[in-house]
Amino acid sequence: MTISIRSVEKKFGRYPALNKVDLEIADGELLALLGPSGSGKTTLLRTIAGLEFPDEGQVLFHGEDVTYASAADRRVGFVFQQYALFKHMTVAKNIAFGLDVRKGKDKPPKAEIAKRVEDLLKLVELEGLGQRYPSQLSGGQRQRVALSRALAVQPSVLLLDEPFGALDATVRKSLRRELRRVHDATGVTTIFVTHDQEEALELADRVAVLNQGRIEQIGTPDQVHDQPASAFVCGFVGEANSFQGEVKGGRFSAGVLTLPASGVPDGAATAYVRPHDFGLDDAGFEVRVERVHVQGALTSVNATTVDGRRIEISASRAEAPRFEGAVRVAARKAHVYAA
Amino acid sequence: MTAETAERRPQAKRPLFRRRSAIPGFGLTMGVTLTVLSLIVLIPLSAVVLKAAQQSPAEFWSVATSERALAAYRLTFGAAFIAALVNGVFGVLTAWALVRYDFPGKTVVNALVDLPFALPTAVAGIALATLYAPTGWIGQFLAPLGIQAAYNPVGVTIALIFIGLPFVVRTIEPVLRDAAEDVEEAAASLGASRFDTIVRVVLPALAPAWLTGFALAFARGVGEYGSVIFIAGNMPYKSEIAPLLIIIQLEQFEYARAATIAVVMLAVSFTMLLIINAIQAWSRRFA
Repeated sequence: MTISIRSVEKKFGRYPALNKVDLEIADGELLALLGPSGSGKTTLLRTIAGLEFPDEGQVLFHGEDVTYASAADRRVGFVFQQYALFKHMTVAKNIAFGLDVRKGKDKPPKAEIAKRVEDLLKLVELEGLGQRYPSQLSGGQRQRVALSRALAVQPSVLLLDEPFGALDATVRKSLRRELRRVHDATGVTTIFVTHDQEEALELADRVAVLNQGRIEQIGTPDQVHDQPASAFVCGFVGEANSFQGEVKGGRFSAGVLTLPASGVPDGAATAYVRPHDFGLDDAGFEVRVERVHVQGALTSVNATTVDGRRIEISASRAEAPRFEGAVRVAARKAHVYAA
Repeated sequence: MTAETAERRPQAKRPLFRRRSAIPGFGLTMGVTLTVLSLIVLIPLSAVVLKAAQQSPAEFWSVATSERALAAYRLTFGAAFIAALVNGVFGVLTAWALVRYDFPGKTVVNALVDLPFALPTAVAGIALATLYAPTGWIGQFLAPLGIQAAYNPVGVTIALIFIGLPFVVRTIEPVLRDAAEDVEEAAASLGASRFDTIVRVVLPALAPAWLTGFALAFARGVGEYGSVIFIAGNMPYKSEIAPLLIIIQLEQFEYARAATIAVVMLAVSFTMLLIINAIQAWSRRFA
């Protein structure tokens, strides 16, 4: 289902949580809302779910205005960070809840509900745990139950609020893949909120980066990472060395470091260089290598420039032995933004 | 460390009742608890049992099951049960209003709930009797409807509702306050109506606390004396509660008979509380 957010505004007291947000979500898309805490990403998600109502603007589902429709009427599946399972019900009862509360002829027969619960347990790989209570499950299992409960009602859109936030790193990784698999299997339009850029880049078809109630950039993970639209996105998505300096005549300079900055107006500016965009270069500037350590297939190098700026460089393992003492490096690519 | 030295070390003695805990003080707290419980509860109650045991079993049985005593048990336990049920319904609503909404005078209402705890029960009894008597402020409206609300079992129940009021409210309140809102939001997002959400999600989660409050209100009702005797009318076989029957026996220096009725009440109350506790444990199986 396509979802349109049209200049939505929402204030909590005097503090604006959403500031004229526009967003189009395509049918079957897996979208990440990425931002630091307080950026408004959860408020935006809850507005789509009907758990929060905007002060201004519109929310459209398939072109139909649902701005003030209740959550119960929207047919959304919502997964909460703290699972929000019904503790007094078994796993099977939890999953069946959305079908159980239907009235009259909308309510499927018992056998059909039981079948659906079985299918969903299979989908999230929790077969045989239907009669357990949520307290008897691990965090990862609980979140899977929450996911299948949301999917049971065949929602037109699946919304997840920091779904992996309360889980440890290993479980988080496997659940991420699981969500992608479930999304691909069901084809349901999915929006999830996260503050973890790695999660957003790995999982999503498109990423919307939020900051202070605004969408700073929306694009594929590649676009957001490689062509950041603003200084905030550049600093928030991916690793980056940042330098405060000045632009003059299309060149950025900060001490010994100079970078091309065509199109940036003269004056104070900030430059971001990704660690892997630094490389050994005899024409570059001199740095002192302080520490070299392995980072998977790469080598991470901590170094200091002669004027005392710390920089981080990523190099191939083969290059590692050459980082010793004083070496010359240069930036292959940089993002410069006027301050 | 070699295997030899490990073997030579004396085996640490394993305590009988407890495992080693990082939190000290088990011995002290358990000791104080048992001492106080013995002095205040166990020894006096044993004395009651001993006093009753001075009679022959046949005597005991005839006193315990006399027509008058049976009527008194029925009234005491029945009225306490009904009162606890009424408080169970009303208490949930009160707790809900106090936790979920802000309204002017909330602090006053909050204090009013606790008043039955603080008020001398005799005062409450006299006030209730005056109000609900056929000539009283409230009684005069009930009398034409054929409802007599004082000097009969209805009056007893009213008094027990009054004194049991705080229990359910105060046990439900903290649980309701801590209840996560996201659970209700989850139910709503799954298409549940507000009514379904409350009946299927919110109330079942309150069940263990509700049972505790119910048990407390019930127990308080069974033991209540002061407020009831003013409104009950105290007619043997009709509106005479068991605690009053005990007092009457005492005033006639029939100590063994008084102790007999006390023992019966003790046994019934204890059994009921045990059962309620078991139900409660069962209702917490998912926690």
